[in-house]
Amino acid sequence: MRPIFNWEKLDLLKGKLGYQGALVAVAGLVTSGALALASKVTGPEIEAAAARDLQQSLSQVLTSEHDNDLIKDSVRMTGPGGNEITVYKARHLGRVEAVVFQVTGTGYGGPIVCVMGVGRDGKVQGVRVIKHTETPGLGDKIELAKDGWIHAFEGRFLGDPPPEKFAVKKDGGVFDQFAGATITPRGVVKAVKGGLEFFGREKAALLDEADESATRKAGDGAARTEPGP
Amino acid sequence: MSDYARITKDGLWGNNVVFAQMLALCPLMAVTGTATNGLGMGLASTAVLVASNILISGLRRFISAEVRIPVYIVFIATLVTLVDMSLNAWLHDLYKVLGLFIALIVVNCAILGRAESFASKNSVAPAAVDGLMMGLGFTLALVVLGGVREVLGSGTLFAQAHLLLGNAFAFLELTLIHDYKGFLLMILPPGGFLALGFLLAGKRVLDRRLAERATAAATPEPAAG
Repeated sequence: MRPIFNWEKLDLLKGKLGYQGALVAVAGLVTSGALALASKVTGPEIEAAAARDLQQSLSQVLTSEHDNDLIKDSVRMTGPGGNEITVYKARHLGRVEAVVFQVTGTGYGGPIVCVMGVGRDGKVQGVRVIKHTETPGLGDKIELAKDGWIHAFEGRFLGDPPPEKFAVKKDGGVFDQFAGATITPRGVVKAVKGGLEFFGREKAALLDEADESATRKAGDGAARTEPGP
Repeated sequence: MSDYARITKDGLWGNNVVFAQMLALCPLMAVTGTATNGLGMGLASTAVLVASNILISGLRRFISAEVRIPVYIVFIATLVTLVDMSLNAWLHDLYKVLGLFIALIVVNCAILGRAESFASKNSVAPAAVDGLMMGLGFTLALVVLGGVREVLGSGTLFAQAHLLLGNAFAFLELTLIHDYKGFLLMILPPGGFLALGFLLAGKRVLDRRLAERATAAATPEPAAG
């Protein structure tokens, strides 16, 4: 009886360099094919999930009523730290009621990325920390899941407290620090203050109030606005 | 003892990935701040381990010994990436909890270890059982270590389990010590090493006790086994 498959011949072949090269090549080809297929299938789902996440984190720092799709109504600008950031505009009946953007502070363990919402009146509507590497149990009280500290910013603006008091208590300001951790809250407070200063500086462009000033700034390269409707 | 019983016992206890083979300590230290994280990482690793064992044992006759390691690595990395993508797409809430750890599975040497020492020498069914049992053994180690660190470090057990298992499992979330200020060291990586050291010592003692009892019971009737 003849065997269906000649295993001995295969064993001989397996020792050959050509077979081994081909084996690795085929393995690479098959797996990359599988990955390409999976990426095509899951790509739209992953994008939709990321958009949902973004929408959720944006709406957490907004109290103004709005009727537009924030994700579509965004502009790229030079942010408080000199880097490019995306600013999302919350409009009600076409008027910009609030803007949401990212600010980054320096903590104990590295950068602390926050997203903050600022109303038309210049008041903070909400701040959330979205990424940080602070010490668990000490510095992570900046997360809403761990502590309510982050709510302290709500309704604040540069004036309440005045800029020189916009700091943690240890630095003569009004915001609490944590027992055993000052650097972390200091980083967040500074980031929020920077965000408010950025809002004050770019108010016209952010609120779409002076189109000519936005255009001029775009020419300077200080700010860029996308052609609006 | 049948083959499958032996594989099961090896995977869960005798040849446990963490407690006996001392493999996969990097993901172990990284995720065991809480028992819930440990459980999630353990289940994800188990899925990859079973899939990679089945795949590699099915193809074992075609894989030349000389290039087996790169081929295994490519397969394992692909499986992990597939798990990563599917979780991100279809179980996004779970992904937000586990996402960081999934990529760590690629560097989990236990998976390559099982491919090399078991799947490449055995047929598909035992390889699948071996993958499952080794995975569950790893999960056990992660949950035990995570539980110990969580209780000592923050006074809770299975915190945020509902994010991983759904709201039906919210009852698992216990606060064992109320108004506990926390023992930060246990949450940080050094606490992981300390806890693992004590657990390993404990297993040694237990194993020795069991062996002593077995020899004591076997001495009067040497012909028993």
